[in-house]
Amino acid sequence: MAACTSTERISVISRNRLRLGATLAALALAATACGGDDDSDLDSGAGSGDKKPSFAADSTMAKIVSKGTLTVGTKFDQPLYGEKALSGDVEGFDVEIARIIADELGVKATFTEAVSKNREPFIQNGTVDIVVATYTINDKRKKIVDFAGPYYKTGQSLMVRKDDDSIKSKDDLAGKKVCSVEGSTPAERIKTEAPKAALTLFDTYGKCATAMENKQVDAVTTDEAILLGLVSKKKDAFKVVGETFSEEPYGIGLKKGDQAFRDFINETLEKIYKDGRWEAALKKTVGTVQDELPDPPAVDRYTAA
Amino acid sequence: MQLSTITDNLDVYLEGFVGTLELTALGALGSLVLGTVLATMRVSPVPSLRAGATVYVEILRNCPLPVLAVLLAFGLPKLGEPIRSFSFFTWAVLALALYHAAFVCEALRSGVNSVSTGQGEAARSLGLTFGQTMSLVVLPQAFRTVVPPLGNILIALTKNSAVAATIDVTDITNQTEFVINDTVDPLAALAGAAFFYLLLTLPTGLLVGKLERRTAFSR
Repeated sequence: MAACTSTERISVISRNRLRLGATLAALALAATACGGDDDSDLDSGAGSGDKKPSFAADSTMAKIVSKGTLTVGTKFDQPLYGEKALSGDVEGFDVEIARIIADELGVKATFTEAVSKNREPFIQNGTVDIVVATYTINDKRKKIVDFAGPYYKTGQSLMVRKDDDSIKSKDDLAGKKVCSVEGSTPAERIKTEAPKAALTLFDTYGKCATAMENKQVDAVTTDEAILLGLVSKKKDAFKVVGETFSEEPYGIGLKKGDQAFRDFINETLEKIYKDGRWEAALKKTVGTVQDELPDPPAVDRYTAA
Repeated sequence: MQLSTITDNLDVYLEGFVGTLELTALGALGSLVLGTVLATMRVSPVPSLRAGATVYVEILRNCPLPVLAVLLAFGLPKLGEPIRSFSFFTWAVLALALYHAAFVCEALRSGVNSVSTGQGEAARSLGLTFGQTMSLVVLPQAFRTVVPPLGNILIALTKNSAVAATIDVTDITNQTEFVINDTVDPLAALAGAAFFYLLLTLPTGLLVGKLERRTAFSR
């Protein structure tokens, strides 16, 4: 088959140059016995270049195209953003964004579960091509990986029991038990935002939610995006209260120094901001819980240190 | 991966080290006491006690510890006060003690079985009750034969105490999360965690070996 593809390419070029060349190429094809599709190639040859973008041979994009799949690290336990359903399908906003990027490359996306702890090693070791996993862009992480995007902006907020009216914002947290995930940025920030609150830390937000139902804690704090995901599971039991009190831009993590790949993803993002695919993806996922959807954030082409 | 990830955060690790030490000590104590009671029940002449202890052992040792810890820490508080206000540290110690008691029980039972039946018969012929036979004659001999397996359980308990990190208890694993987040160097941070666990488990192994030699029978 390798011989066939190379002669096909010849045939496309020669068609544009001169008829004789095309005939010779067709003869050559017939000689290598590549079968019936050669004729159609001669007819539609010029058009076939539009669909599949071409990339520099040694670029990450070209490698992904030849591999045939874009491997993506995403959360499997993050409702609305990246969640593996019981059926085995992965769904959510992060997943949609990854699929669109894969589409732009002309390949399929395969998903691997990324947890907060393994996102950097996944990228550094090449286990995944990109990480789209509610991955906040910050300076510490920028030293280790590069970020395309942001493709979404959220901020830290609070979730309380639906029947609890004593907490309306972070200023009501004195003496209350607040839950978050250990080692997370929101867990650190709440210490300064609500210094009089007692902090309880688990390894998952699911445990925080259960503990809040049990009244073992009074509030859960993290990115509003994650809280909305929890509310989506228990609309009668939980509610999100107060204004967000931080800015969390979610970015797409990729190997440090891969500027061409980063540019490609940034351009893709800007393209889907304009053509409505970004909004459609957001409506389909986060839009099922949140009525007022945000505008797409501006892509940040920061200079990597 | 940088060594400074560990050396710059020694105080963070140390705080976790103390937590793991507390969990291990209390968990070991609890599991030893409960395990001894269970083993006694399993060899007792009362059928209902034997059955009860057998059911306990088979359920507890066949249920993964993280599952057990979550079921205890988030399930039992649903019963209301005062259980609801138990600290998560309490739940962690309970989970460790209850889980490892099943293993201690089985190790001890094998030790009890290794004591020749003549010993129990002799004790009974002297007029000792079942309780006296166990506590004065059988268990002291059983314990010395099971020092190595008990050592294994203690080391397992030390490492398994990491489960506490998932329910708000400050231990080595929990503190490592902070180091990871602060340095974004998970490999080095986890290597640090491994180092501090070894700092606990290696001496445990040495001590158990020493104890084993001191309590050995001269045959």
